[in-house]
Amino acid sequence: MNYNWNWNIFFQPNPMGTGTYLDMLLSGLALTIKTALLAWIIALVFGSIIGVLRTLPSRAASWIGFAYVEFFRNMPLLVQLFLWFFVLPELLPRAAGLWLKQLPNAPFWTAAIGVGLFMSARVAVQLAAGVSSLPRGQKQAATALGLTTVQSYRYVLLPMAYRIILPPLTSEFLNTIKNTAVAITIGLLELTGQARAMQEFSFQVFEAFTAATVMYLLINIVVVTAMRFLERWVAISGYISGK
Amino acid sequence: MKRIHVVSLALAAALGASQAGAQELTGTLKSIKESGSITLGHRDSSIPFSYLDDAQKPVGYAMDICYKIVDAVKKELKLDKLEVKLTPVTSATRIPLMANGTIDLECGSTTNNAERQKQVSFTNTHFLTASRYVTKKASKIEKIDDLKGKSVVSTAGTTNIKQLTEANAARNLNINIIPAKDHAEAFLMVETDRAVAFVMDDILLSSLVAGSKAPGDYVISKDAFSKPEPYGIMLRKDDAPFKKVVDAATAAVYTGGEGAKIYDKWFTQKIPPKGLNLATPISAELKNQYAKPSDSPDPDAYK
Repeated sequence: MNYNWNWNIFFQPNPMGTGTYLDMLLSGLALTIKTALLAWIIALVFGSIIGVLRTLPSRAASWIGFAYVEFFRNMPLLVQLFLWFFVLPELLPRAAGLWLKQLPNAPFWTAAIGVGLFMSARVAVQLAAGVSSLPRGQKQAATALGLTTVQSYRYVLLPMAYRIILPPLTSEFLNTIKNTAVAITIGLLELTGQARAMQEFSFQVFEAFTAATVMYLLINIVVVTAMRFLERWVAISGYISGK
Repeated sequence: MKRIHVVSLALAAALGASQAGAQELTGTLKSIKESGSITLGHRDSSIPFSYLDDAQKPVGYAMDICYKIVDAVKKELKLDKLEVKLTPVTSATRIPLMANGTIDLECGSTTNNAERQKQVSFTNTHFLTASRYVTKKASKIEKIDDLKGKSVVSTAGTTNIKQLTEANAARNLNINIIPAKDHAEAFLMVETDRAVAFVMDDILLSSLVAGSKAPGDYVISKDAFSKPEPYGIMLRKDDAPFKKVVDAATAAVYTGGEGAKIYDKWFTQKIPPKGLNLATPISAELKNQYAKPSDSPDPDAYK
C-alpha cells in the first residue's frame, strides 16, 4: 500500500470555508438524522394506515393496501427518488412543476418523503403480519363486547400488534437511517455525500469513509439501545414480550 | 543436458541481476518489469479524455497520451513485449486503486492541485480548463452577476463548487447552490430548469452540451470563476524513477509536435461513438504548456 495516512485531516479547514473537515462530516450527520427522523415518522403513519387496511375484512380496503405495498416495495429506492425528483415535476402542468422545482430545500423534502413512503410499505407488511398473528379469538371477543371495528383495532388489536412487531420495527428504523444515503443521487449532502466530498477535496478516501462508518455505527447503536428501552417499557408481563 | 540448461539460465539471471544492480529498479518500474504488464486506470464517461466507445473500449485524449507513456516504459525497461491491462476507475475508487497498486497510471481528467499532491503525484499537465457555467440561452444570463438570487448547480466535491461558494460569499450573490452527484445529473438539473446554471470545467461543459438533446439551446459563459487549472495523469507518490520516465515521455510527446496532433484528433474533429465535434481549438495556455511542459499544480505557472 502506498497511501499517505493522515488522521489529522479532520482538524484541517475544509475548502468550502465552513470550518474543519470534521465540521463538514458533522453537518452531513445532522442532515442524515433529520432526514431519517422525518422519513421514519412518514413511514410509521402511512405504514400503519396501510397495514390496517390490509387486515380489514373489506375487499376494496385490502386491495388498496396490496396495491400500495407492491408499488412502493417493488421499485428500487434509487429509482423512486429519481422519479419523485426529476420526473414528477415534468408530468405536472408547467406552472405547478416550476413551483415544485423552485421550492427551497427540495432535495431534503423529496428525500424524506421518498424514503418515508418506501419504508412505509415495509412497515405496513410488518403491521399486517403482527395483526394476523394475534389469535382470532381476540377480534371475536372484541366484537362480542360490542366494540366497533375502529374500537377493536384501537383498544384490542393494535396495542398488541405493535408490541409484537417492535423488534422488526427496530431494524426497519435502522434501514431508514441507512437508506437516506441514497439521497446523494438528488443532491442531498448527507453523511455519505459529505464523506464523498471530503475524499474528492483531500484525496484522504479511507479516513473520510472510516469516519462516516463510525458515525453511522454510533447512531445505529443509539437507536438500538433506545428501542430496547422502549420494548421493556411497554412490555406487559405474561404477554409475548413481557418477562 | 537439461540440468546444464537450467544452471546456465540461473547464471545468466544472476549476471543480469548484477548488471542491473548498477541502476537497481524499484517501485512501479520493478513491478512492471517483473509482471511484464502495466495497468492503466480509465474513466467511463470523461469525454473526450477517457471514455468508452461503441465497442466498450476505453479511448480518448488522455488514453492516447498514456499509450505513449507505455511505449516509453517498454523502451526504458528494454522489454520485447509489455502487456497493457485496463481497469475502469471512478472518482471514488481512483485513490484506493492507485494506493494498493492495482493501477499504475490514471488516464482521465483529474485536476492537479496542491492538496491532492499530498496523496499522489501528477506528470506533466495535459490540459488546462477554467471554471465556467452553462445556461439555457432562453434564461438570458450574460455575466456572473446575473446569477444573483438564482439556483445554481455544481458537482459535489469538485474544485468548481468550492470556487462557486467562494465567489458567492465574496460578491454577495445570494446564490442557492445545489450540489449534484455527478456531471450528468448536474446538467439534467439545468435541462429540467431546477437550476439556471451549472458551474464546471468549461471543456466538460462543452462535451455535455454537444451530447445533449438540443445543443443549440445552451450557451457557455465568457465569465470564468477561476484561472485555467491543470489536468494531469496521476501516478503513485514517492516513486521518482517511474515519474522520471513518465515525465520524459510526456515532455517528448508535447514538445515533439505529437501532442498537438493528438489534441486535434480529440478536440477539433469528430470523435466516436456519436461523431460529436467539440470544436475547441487549443488555448494559448496549453500551447505554452506544450512548449515548456510542467507538472505544477499552480494555475499561475501556466500564463
